[in-house]
Amino acid sequence: MAAEPLVRLEDITKVYRMGDVELRALAGVTLDLLPGEFTAIMGASGSGKSTMMNLLGCLDRPTSGRYLLEGQEISRLDNDQLAALRNRTIGFVFQSFNLLSRTSALENVELPLLYSNVPGAERHARARESLERVGLGDRVDHHPNQMSGGQQQRVAIARALVNRPRFLLADEPTGNLDSRTSEDVMALFQELASTGITVILVTHEPDIAAHAARVITMRDGLVRSDLRQAPRPAVAQAGQEAHP
Amino acid sequence: MNWLMTLRVALRALGRNKLRSFLTGLGVVIGVAAVIAMVAIGDGAKARVEQTFASIGSNMLIVLNGSSQGGGAMGGAGSLPSLTWDDLKAIQTELSAVREAAPVLRAGSQVMSEDANWNTSIQGTTPDFLRVRSWPVAVGAEFSQTDVDGGMKVAVLGQTVVDKLYGPNANPVGQVIRVKNIPFSVVGVLSKKGQSPFGQDFDDVVLVPVSTFQQKISGGLKNFVAGQIVVSSRGQDGNARAQQQVRGLLRDRHRLTVDADDDFQIRNPSEIASAQQEGTKTLTTLLMAIAAVSLLVGGIGIMNIMLVSVTERTREIGVRMAVGARARDIQLQFLVEALTLSVAGGLIGVATGLGIAGWLASAFGWSMLVRPDVIMLAVGFSGLVGVGFGFYPALKASRLDPITALRFE
Repeated sequence: MAAEPLVRLEDITKVYRMGDVELRALAGVTLDLLPGEFTAIMGASGSGKSTMMNLLGCLDRPTSGRYLLEGQEISRLDNDQLAALRNRTIGFVFQSFNLLSRTSALENVELPLLYSNVPGAERHARARESLERVGLGDRVDHHPNQMSGGQQQRVAIARALVNRPRFLLADEPTGNLDSRTSEDVMALFQELASTGITVILVTHEPDIAAHAARVITMRDGLVRSDLRQAPRPAVAQAGQEAHP
Repeated sequence: MNWLMTLRVALRALGRNKLRSFLTGLGVVIGVAAVIAMVAIGDGAKARVEQTFASIGSNMLIVLNGSSQGGGAMGGAGSLPSLTWDDLKAIQTELSAVREAAPVLRAGSQVMSEDANWNTSIQGTTPDFLRVRSWPVAVGAEFSQTDVDGGMKVAVLGQTVVDKLYGPNANPVGQVIRVKNIPFSVVGVLSKKGQSPFGQDFDDVVLVPVSTFQQKISGGLKNFVAGQIVVSSRGQDGNARAQQQVRGLLRDRHRLTVDADDDFQIRNPSEIASAQQEGTKTLTTLLMAIAAVSLLVGGIGIMNIMLVSVTERTREIGVRMAVGARARDIQLQFLVEALTLSVAGGLIGVATGLGIAGWLASAFGWSMLVRPDVIMLAVGFSGLVGVGFGFYPALKASRLDPITALRFE
């Protein structure tokens, strides 16, 4: 491989202990992710894909193995260092959007910047820019309950992008969207990947995974298949939704 | 995240649930309002007591003659003449804690002007009397020591007497009044003194030189002071020291043996005042205790709502952690929310308390005293309540696991 990998997992295991029962969520995963790679992780529930997602997102630490993010070993970092890493390097997109209610789109997008002490004026400018990037430049003052699902998810993506992360993690981002808006969101992800952001998509829908350039299938805490494919282009209709 | 941002985030969060925030803060509002109102009222009452006793003359003692004893029946205070004019001179000159001393001889008598008359208290005294009572002359002048030495027929009138003889706001200086048909020329009018704590009108009085009083109005025994001696003290704890010194001096001069009773009496009006203040203090302490309990209840209310809020906003906490909030950012945010609730409650409480105190003060005719130290204490204490009762919910929020928090339904 020519490029330095953004993410390197080396024989990662994760074991949950519930009383006397040990649950082996990951049983030794080794994986490299390159900059700008658009990867879908598939698998049934219980396959370990959520655990994988949490580890990749630095929300959790592996039981054993090494996780290198941008060449930095992260399994030894403390909680505050992980928080700083999530803030600067990783963007999260969730199935249920997780926007703050009764809070404008702009303020939702500004949230990560609050925790990296970006001064007010720059914060507003960057949040606005990020919203424009996802095609919501005209919706900055709208609250989540005044927006459609697709728009809300795009606000969430703008929030994930506002701190210019290298790495975007999307957990079932289209799970709550209809197929047409799903297509919009996937088009956005493809575009972001093309700018060099590593996008990881956790999904159980083959249709959605088809938009990725690489599909990793997991079962029983192990990678069962790792395929590179020609991604199916998503037809962008961003900004032309019928919803107000 | 800096303090200002944290505060703004906290204000926004509280603003999303305005009614709930208000009701949560209400406990503290009531507690602080109670403290402020009670202290203001207590101080007002205390000031009123002090003011009343100041009218008697602060730092003042009254020395009375002893009581006579004949056939087993005790006479009243002052019934046994024991204070001599030499005693007075000794009190005036020999004691360090005594500033001034003046004799007061009293007789009730009819007083007549050109076209009115009035029955009042004629008091024979010396110019020092006005210093002891801190009672300046409002119009004209007081009579002088020369007037006393020469037995001059001059008089200084109290306000009430002026009102009765000449009408309100009249200037009687230069006029002649008659007491027992003896003409006295009016040289001055006393400033208004008001009432004693027991309702006696201090202004219903005519002051004349003590020598003139003895010669013309009421003879009495030549060598004894047929009345009382008022003494003013000096320095800190002056009253107590003066009382001790006067007692020692008089016992010495009267050649009393160690086990003999005093043949005179010393009264200290400021003792009555401090007894009254003691009562007020007890009341204030009691009310403060009640206020502390209501602040405690307010604090528990804040804690309760903060715990509910942490549970309700579990997902929000998860999102914040996912996008880079550290545990201490979350903790600080909830702590500042609790603090904002309690301090805002405290400030509203101060305003409410002052309003209540002002209203009560005007209703009862007290002066309202606002003590900045009490206000700061009340606000500071409500802040303490916020930190104290907000700490646990904030800690609970900061200890949430982001993965669990994000999945929370």
